[in-house]
Amino acid sequence: MNSLKIAVLVGAAFALGACTNAGRFDNDGGFGADGAGAGFDVGSAQDPNSPAYFSQTIGDRVLFLVDQSSLTPQAQTVLAGQAAWLANNPEFTAVIEGHADEQGTREYNLALGARRANAVQEYLVSQGVAATRLQTLTFGKERPLEICSDESCYAKNRRAVTVIAAGGTS
Amino acid sequence: MRAILIFLAMVFSLAIGSVAVAQDGPLRLRITDGVIEPMPFAIPAFQAESAAAGQLASDISRVVAADLTGTGLFREISPDAFISTVSNFASPVQYADWKAINAQALITGAVNADGQGNINVKFRVYDVFSGAELGTGLQFAGTADGWRRMAHKVADEVYSRITGEGKYFDSRVVFVSETGPKNDRRKRLAIMDYDGANVQYLTDSSAIVLAPRFSPDGSQVLYTSYETGFPRIYVLDVNNVGRRAIDLPSGTMSFAPRFAPDGQTAVFSLTTGGNTDLYAVNLSSGNLTRLTSAPSIETAPSFSPDGSRIVFESDRSGNQQLYVMPASGGEATRISFGAGRYGTPVWSPRGDLVAFTKQNRGRFHIGVMRLDGSEERLLTASFLDEGPTWSPNGRVIMFTRETQGAQGAPSLYSVDISGRNLKPIRTEGGASDPSWSPLQR
Repeated sequence: MNSLKIAVLVGAAFALGACTNAGRFDNDGGFGADGAGAGFDVGSAQDPNSPAYFSQTIGDRVLFLVDQSSLTPQAQTVLAGQAAWLANNPEFTAVIEGHADEQGTREYNLALGARRANAVQEYLVSQGVAATRLQTLTFGKERPLEICSDESCYAKNRRAVTVIAAGGTS
Repeated sequence: MRAILIFLAMVFSLAIGSVAVAQDGPLRLRITDGVIEPMPFAIPAFQAESAAAGQLASDISRVVAADLTGTGLFREISPDAFISTVSNFASPVQYADWKAINAQALITGAVNADGQGNINVKFRVYDVFSGAELGTGLQFAGTADGWRRMAHKVADEVYSRITGEGKYFDSRVVFVSETGPKNDRRKRLAIMDYDGANVQYLTDSSAIVLAPRFSPDGSQVLYTSYETGFPRIYVLDVNNVGRRAIDLPSGTMSFAPRFAPDGQTAVFSLTTGGNTDLYAVNLSSGNLTRLTSAPSIETAPSFSPDGSRIVFESDRSGNQQLYVMPASGGEATRISFGAGRYGTPVWSPRGDLVAFTKQNRGRFHIGVMRLDGSEERLLTASFLDEGPTWSPNGRVIMFTRETQGAQGAPSLYSVDISGRNLKPIRTEGGASDPSWSPLQR
């Protein structure tokens, strides 16, 4: 069992790059059993082994075309960086959140978000990340990042976000 | 009697006529189709037969009038126009006085309250132009707290006698109450009377909740909640608000549940490995059955009233379309073929129609079609309409309408299946995902 390199600070708020997701889990407190409620230090974006570096420098999200779940070349570049970071930081796990824009029915968008999250998971696994470290989650159209009803917002909402969670593997 | 029946035959032949028109030429929303002159009726304030009944008598007659006018089929004549007054429930009706103000139907009533919280409501309906009572007078006994239900029961009797349609006013709607900005919506389950009165909350807003669906007897609700952080289906008891998660394989997500007519089985979408298929679960035994097995998205299942078939949406053809398959799974037949995408099908309680959400050229519509896909009619058009639910008599559809832009918010609307009488249901704050209960007992 690895001891955590980064101190787990219970109750610390998500900060910096993770702030784009702040509030997402404040309803339920965590990502199910694994990350439940435990905050952690995201570190400095200058530190290549920090979650801050993951979210800000590598990029924690990839975007999708309308009604698509296939990965663009740009998305694959970002995910290769995510996979390398995860390989170097085995004490972290991740939850991949798939999202859709508001143009679509609720149920279909839930299924579409699941497809997007799964596309990211499969790519990360193909790059050597253990599948057991990755969970997928769909929000459908329930948690838009941008709130206008134009393509400029929709393009940012059609996303899959890899959210780093504390929780080592044995 | 005859006058009223002739009038109604006219109303419904016009509604059907609009169907025939919609079949010709390209599909489009024809808001002028089926517009009719509503039937004028008079409803003098119900008589208070005891001092304690004073306010209730007036309130009950107001709710009866609102139910009837709310259908779009009736128009209330202002009491200012009345020539006669009704001073006693048992007195003979002066038909000439009501005929003179063109009241085709006259509704009279009386309320008695014992001061102990019990009330008694009686009513009569008269066909003014035939000079005869329509059906016989009835009375309902109940508690003062339940006065609105008694008003709905009176209105249901009047509506059903005059239209020949099934009753639906004495029913409830479970829905998702929404507050907060678009990027941080708080959602909780709520239940209300069909007209928006008597709202009660069934969950708090600590987790996202979606798409509640009534059991066939109205006592339970299936819904999706994120309380574990992941979407998962739950069943909730409406009376004691107790809830339990449906036990499903770990690592899966589940949503879009709906009861079978037997009340024992739920059909829903289960997602594993990014793929979404339909499953059925026995709510007593927990026994899980897979109904579809395809790499495409299969979701939004709804049973036929006899429980033998399921209508659902799938993108197996390349985009969302509607399919019908046996309730046990097996070969599915595509039923939607128009331009655009079709989702959220719901089988009507009469069994003859499917209501759906359609997306075409950037607009959303609520529509209905027959089970073989024929006679498609679009009832609404807006930036975002979705999620239809049927009134217990299969005559009215309620759905979610979301407005556009950063300040966009959802609210509930209803529309007659003829496409007439589109109107909002007033709720405090945002509201979405309605599910209409069966008629209460």
